[in-house]
Amino acid sequence: MTRINLTVDGQRVADDVEPRMLLVQYLREKLGKTGTVVGCDTSNCGACTVHLDGRSVKSCNVLAVQADGGEVTTIEGLAGEDGQLHPVQEAFRECHGLQCGYCTPGMIMQTVDLLAENPSPSEEAIRLGLEGNLCRCTGYHNIVRAVQHAAGTTGAAEGASA
Amino acid sequence: MIPAAFGYVAPTSVEEALAALAEHGDDAKIIAGGQSLLPVLRMRLNAPEWVIDLGRIASLRGVRDGGDHLAIGAMTTHHDVGQDPMVHEHALLISKAITHLADAQVRHRGTFGGALAHADPAGDLGAPALALDAIFVVQGPGGSREIPAADFFVDLFETAISDDEILTEIRVPKYGGWGASYEKFVRIAHQWPIVAVAASVRLEGDTIAEARIGLTNMGSTPVRARATEQMLAGQPATEEGVAAAAALAADGTTPPSDLNGDADYRRHLATVLTRRAVLAAAGRG
Ligand SMILES: Cc1cc2nc3c(=O)[nH]c(=O)nc-3n(C[C@H](O)[C@H](O)[C@H](O)COP(=O)(O)OP(=O)(O)OC[C@H]3O[C@@H](n4cnc5c(N)ncnc54)[C@H](O)[C@@H]3O)c2cc1C
Ligand code: FES
Ligand code: FES
Repeated sequence: MTRINLTVDGQRVADDVEPRMLLVQYLREKLGKTGTVVGCDTSNCGACTVHLDGRSVKSCNVLAVQADGGEVTTIEGLAGEDGQLHPVQEAFRECHGLQCGYCTPGMIMQTVDLLAENPSPSEEAIRLGLEGNLCRCTGYHNIVRAVQHAAGTTGAAEGASA
Repeated sequence: MIPAAFGYVAPTSVEEALAALAEHGDDAKIIAGGQSLLPVLRMRLNAPEWVIDLGRIASLRGVRDGGDHLAIGAMTTHHDVGQDPMVHEHALLISKAITHLADAQVRHRGTFGGALAHADPAGDLGAPALALDAIFVVQGPGGSREIPAADFFVDLFETAISDDEILTEIRVPKYGGWGASYEKFVRIAHQWPIVAVAASVRLEGDTIAEARIGLTNMGSTPVRARATEQMLAGQPATEEGVAAAAALAADGTTPPSDLNGDADYRRHLATVLTRRAVLAAAGRG
């Protein structure tokens, strides 16, 4: 067992974990943060995306011990204290950027990272930025619209393509 | 799936890491960003007894100006190398290749040194490192040594790093003013290339003065397209001039045959992508 200390969604946590425990397992099984989901066995789907020290990562492909001392934000940490949705969450709801919703936590976490780096991305930049997130339902169209909506570039994009 | 159980050490200096490696020897595996190693451990294709994490060694991170070269710390993430203005200015080919490598999340964790040490023949960094004649610095019990890129890649997933050594730094000579392009052919997003071509050229007026070309996934290691490089030197940077030279790109290569394409298909692809890459690198794409 190895002792780890980290901050998850603003709360300090400390635990003894097996070194082989994946960060996503730690979040779900130890902390009960089941908002972060596992969609594949190959690190391809991005459903498990969280932020580690401010950058998006696939939490199925990081060991919990590698996150020791770090700061993790999951989908459960995005909304405000009063339950006010994060603007990106709001945009996915508004634009119907989901169907079954399984990919959504990862899509939203990756979108928050993408917009932090590039606040007004082109459609191509959005598609490339979400390259590591797979969706089996939507065909991506409304996901891209949701990101544009969150970025406030919807009008511009529609105007340009009209 | 989750990995088989292992012991874990997270040294904070290269010396400590080397000591751990000496102690655990064959039973140990180094983890850098874990983006290639963890999938392997999770599939239980490998089950080391010890995992030595280089993630806490601050001295292995970052890009340094070494005068006539850039020194890229082995643990610098793909994202940080890709964003680095010095890399963009002096080794544009590397910046270009990184934009095609994996996806944002993987680029946030995966490291420059880890990808090169992994030596996947379909990996996107080997061909640029070879084309630019990078020097690999490894440290072992007896001190450090330098390995030229031409000697670094030995075979599939095999490099000249010994079991008791750690890759610490990759030195890339400066290529200020050279154009560059990385042409990667894939079937699906964020995946390894079927074939890719890394090309960097120096123009004098409308003439290609020098060209450096590396091929990805055209053999068990990255390879140089030497015949094309030689023919390009002194050629006008035009479609015809470049096409004739690019037709030689697959000469002497031994590409694999797999579900994505047989060897002949890859040879053809290499010539097409080389033409595109050289023209794009020359600003004619
Ligand atoms: C979904 C996905 C998509 C990907 N797509 C691509 C792609 O398109 N193109 C591409 O090139 N790569 C791709 N990769 C792989 C990615 O580039 C990895 O980051 C890289 O191959 C390994 O770097 P790492 O730091 O994660 O190394 P690790 O996985 O930690 O280590 C890889 C190997 O190198 C050894 N090693 C690592 N560092 C050192 C060192 N300093 N000294 C000695 N040995 C060392 C380890 O022991 C291990 O055997 C992808 C990965 C994933 C998960
Ligand atoms: S569950 Fe992590 S990438 Fe699919
Ligand atoms: S909404 Fe079902 S996987 Fe994306």
